[in-house]
Amino acid sequence: MRRIAGTALLASAFAAAPALAQQQSPYAEYQRMATESAPIELYEIAGEELWKKKQGPKNVSLEACDLGQGPGVVKGAYTHLPRYFADADRVMDLEGRLLHCMMTLQGRSREDASKRVFGNADKASEMEVLSAYVAGQSHGLPMRPGAAHSKEKASIELGRKLYFHRAGPWDFSCASCHGEEGKRIRMSGLPVLFKPEYARPLMSTWPAYRVSTSKIVTLQWRMNDCYRQMRMPEPAFGSDTTVALIHFMTATAEGVVYRGPGIKR
Amino acid sequence: MADPMKMRATLKGDTADVRVLMGHPMETGQRKGPDGKVVPMHFIQEVTVRLNGKTVIEGQISQAVSRNPVFSFRLKGAKAGDRIEIGWLDNKGDKNSTETAIA
Repeated sequence: MRRIAGTALLASAFAAAPALAQQQSPYAEYQRMATESAPIELYEIAGEELWKKKQGPKNVSLEACDLGQGPGVVKGAYTHLPRYFADADRVMDLEGRLLHCMMTLQGRSREDASKRVFGNADKASEMEVLSAYVAGQSHGLPMRPGAAHSKEKASIELGRKLYFHRAGPWDFSCASCHGEEGKRIRMSGLPVLFKPEYARPLMSTWPAYRVSTSKIVTLQWRMNDCYRQMRMPEPAFGSDTTVALIHFMTATAEGVVYRGPGIKR
Repeated sequence: MADPMKMRATLKGDTADVRVLMGHPMETGQRKGPDGKVVPMHFIQEVTVRLNGKTVIEGQISQAVSRNPVFSFRLKGAKAGDRIEIGWLDNKGDKNSTETAIA
């Protein structure tokens, strides 16, 4: 419950709402208010327990997992993702790296470790609660995803291309919806995610608790569901495609202070 | 095992600001599951707040309260270091509680 704003702030939020509504979606105010004591904290607790739980054929915990800052270092690790990992010779995001650790450390098969990556309101997935825990340990730190290695540069560039690449039965790209300023679906503003001013407030709050579905959602889920909405074939979990898109958007938001895990409408 | 709970209690003057987050499905008994059958009612019925072992609030709540509810209230006359214990009991007889010292 570290994100307490206080009642005085709530009162001023109400007063400021009409003026703000003209500039941005009222959801921004709603989100700020709802972030107080958001249920995401329950998932962070569950994630920490799971991080330390011995599992898999090798019966070990994930505590020795190297998230990029050395084995077992969780504090601040999320702010440097996605990044290149020499041991796997590829760029990975948080969820892809967690999957890698489940396979290499715990000895689980890819099939076993990724059979239930997206949970529901009754039961969150392992990947979701672990993401909440790891990301929560970076709260308040600036986001600096990997951008120096040649594969990191290639990943960001691939993400940029994919963002604008039209395909599928509806000839859609990410930019079809997230390409023009001032557009919205019902009351939700459609952020133009290749512009830092739009990418920053959003990329600094994932993963998040989604109020309308009472469940925790991650960036891999967001990529998966956007592809579903575009009527494209389902992308593989942690694939180079999804990682590249996440990498591109995180790199666009570079430097923003991570304030998640957050809340979505 | 019951879902986790989390509480925070901070003193402002002689009043403690208490905020508690409870993990609970809070099923109304009106929702249908993926199998088309009604999901049985499952909700917190009683919330009890104790200050240094003495009951100060006994609340009755129902299905109208959301999943994973947050309650926030103020306790007058509380002092730093006082122990607050909050517990809930649901319609299936499950219970959970958490306690913290006012900071």
